[in-house]
Amino acid sequence: MALLSGGEMLVRSLAAEGVDFVFGYPGGAALHIYDAIFQQSEFKHILVRHEQAATHAADGYTRATGKTGVVLVTSGPGATNAITGIATAYMDSIPMVVISGQVQSHLIGDDAFQEVDMIGMSRPIVKHSFLIKHPSEIAETVKKAFYIASTGRPGPVVIDIPKDMTHPHEKFEYVPAGPVEMRSYAPVEKGHTGQIRKALQLLVSAKRPVIYTGGGVVQGEACDELTILAKALNAPVTNTLMGLGAFPGTDPQFIGMLGMHGTVEANEAMHNADVILAVGARFDDRVTNTPSKFCPTAKIIHIDIDPASISKTIRADIPIVGSAKSVLTEMVKLASEIDETVDQDANASWWAQINAWRERAGIYHAQRYEPSQGELIKPQDVIKSISKATNGDAFVTTDVGQHQMFAAQYYQFNKPRRWINSGGLGTMGFGIPAAMGAKFAHREADVVCVTGEGSVQMNIQELSTCLQYGLPIKIICLNNQALGMVRQWQDMNYDSRYSESLYEDSLPDFVKLAESYGHVGMQVTRFEDLDEAMTKAFAMKDKLVFMDVRVDQSEHVYPMQIAPNGSMRDMWLSKTERN
Amino acid sequence: MRRIISILMENSPGALSRVVGLFSQRGYNIETLNVAPTEDETLSRLTLTTVGDDRKIEQITKQLNKLIDVAKLVDLTEGAHIERELMLVKVRAAGSYRAEVKRNVDIFRGQIIDVTPTTYTVQLAGDTDKLNAFVDSIGTDNVLEVARTGVSGVSRGEKVLTL
Repeated sequence: MALLSGGEMLVRSLAAEGVDFVFGYPGGAALHIYDAIFQQSEFKHILVRHEQAATHAADGYTRATGKTGVVLVTSGPGATNAITGIATAYMDSIPMVVISGQVQSHLIGDDAFQEVDMIGMSRPIVKHSFLIKHPSEIAETVKKAFYIASTGRPGPVVIDIPKDMTHPHEKFEYVPAGPVEMRSYAPVEKGHTGQIRKALQLLVSAKRPVIYTGGGVVQGEACDELTILAKALNAPVTNTLMGLGAFPGTDPQFIGMLGMHGTVEANEAMHNADVILAVGARFDDRVTNTPSKFCPTAKIIHIDIDPASISKTIRADIPIVGSAKSVLTEMVKLASEIDETVDQDANASWWAQINAWRERAGIYHAQRYEPSQGELIKPQDVIKSISKATNGDAFVTTDVGQHQMFAAQYYQFNKPRRWINSGGLGTMGFGIPAAMGAKFAHREADVVCVTGEGSVQMNIQELSTCLQYGLPIKIICLNNQALGMVRQWQDMNYDSRYSESLYEDSLPDFVKLAESYGHVGMQVTRFEDLDEAMTKAFAMKDKLVFMDVRVDQSEHVYPMQIAPNGSMRDMWLSKTERN
Repeated sequence: MRRIISILMENSPGALSRVVGLFSQRGYNIETLNVAPTEDETLSRLTLTTVGDDRKIEQITKQLNKLIDVAKLVDLTEGAHIERELMLVKVRAAGSYRAEVKRNVDIFRGQIIDVTPTTYTVQLAGDTDKLNAFVDSIGTDNVLEVARTGVSGVSRGEKVLTL
């Protein structure tokens, strides 16, 4: 019989879950746990410089691997700093286990030093949470937390542990957790076969089908099944911002991202479709534009693991609750069994229509922006240059804003889990720590953080973490010396009144900044130097390179849906030209 | 439309706040709420009334079902059901009005459970309309204090909410 302290039990329980990395920051209420971590070698603890970065790093690690990320913070400010990252993971359904230290149990409620109600504070942004009341609960609770976080619709789970639960001198019998049994939680994996058959028949008989997929296909590891089905139907595929990479970005059947900054062909195809197959996507407002004008002629099949996502904003004609992988696998199998086939003529004329949209306004068919030249560097060309230097095969994280949209539009992801961004919450400061997490998971791969001079300053301190652990990520900063997306909206909707979106020569010298953190800094101000600088940066395999690229401040992200009251196809193609 | 949703949930700390938090977080209203442990002490039964169209109620029940602590729930108003609410109401009962209050209590089949020279405290059970009608019949001027439990209910017949 092993007698262990709560701290030791926690460490053992994490190791039992196969944890490789814990991202965290120590503090008073977590010191017993950190002492137990010091005395083990099963997993590595990564010391970040701010708890928000710990959550984003764990998140980036998860998105790049599919494994549940683990965060450890102390009570009070440690916990509050983690909140933004927990909300980020929650909005994008990322499995994460966050362990927070808490003040000693007899002090809870007394406004003790570094006390906050972490369970209460995190309640609306977690899938579930636990407060440990006795050390003997730790093993089972950790097991449950990982199970809840990673099954069904994934999400973050918080375990709040009062300091006295992990005291090194108070030892209890350690009983490793058995299989999880929860009467009140039983996620559905397998879809209803009758519904799947109905859906397939509707798809096969469709004249203008579109397959619209989201993060659920990437996280549900259903990309191969999606590709097989799309090929069998010869249907166009569009991905949400969260779903990029689920279907090869350079495949002719891929019609680009849809929604607010989606392609004309994707948004037109959706608007004119007669059948839409939505998989692991949630019809959020950045996709649908005005719900009452959404896809007026389409019958909607919606596959999702979360029943609450179905018919939440847009009513589904054929709802199917189940995991993307299980349902698509069954659909592919049924497709090989049924007698009906796709109407070739209808399919050909649908593709003729889609190709006409592509040729008229598609961003991949022709360059839709002014060419870069001399000191005029267009941000789109920077993304293209990164793509060239990395053969389109890097792990790309971003922050939030124009650079994020340009990266989503122009990198063209051919594999899942390569595209890592905060889609739902839109968290600036996500990029660098997420890239750290991805790099820990894939030491040999190129990991790029595409960022802006605004976002990057929200977690710039992590350059220090990168030095400590030798993380040669590449940070490409699209520096337009303004909050680009804010500026774009102010330009388009507020008569160019740039309220608080300009920095007025207050930006740091990013080259010196990178150097002071022990990294390589580069600056590119001329388009002719861009490709060469990019190649040079990616050739430095052992060095973190921060590349400050001065891009055109006046450039906007297009296409851009017209809101409010627009349909999916109502878009600006430039400042003056409507679709 | 008014709905009565009954929920079986884990009788654990925090479960109630998750249910109530969900309503405020997603902009739903709770009109009444009551909660107590069931015959199985590890489970609580929570009954609430809310207002919304079919679509909103569908979202509410789906979101509630997603909560890890919620084991099972039923929208009682979907089928035949019985609902009851308990009210304790302290009424001014002095002079000639004293007999009038007593008559009203008898008509509504309530019980007077506390008596002072100037007040009666009346216990009354029934559906929400009946309780409202009693208060109206006494007249709000004579009502000193009202304590209501909120609606509780069960389905009629064999149908039960159990694990």
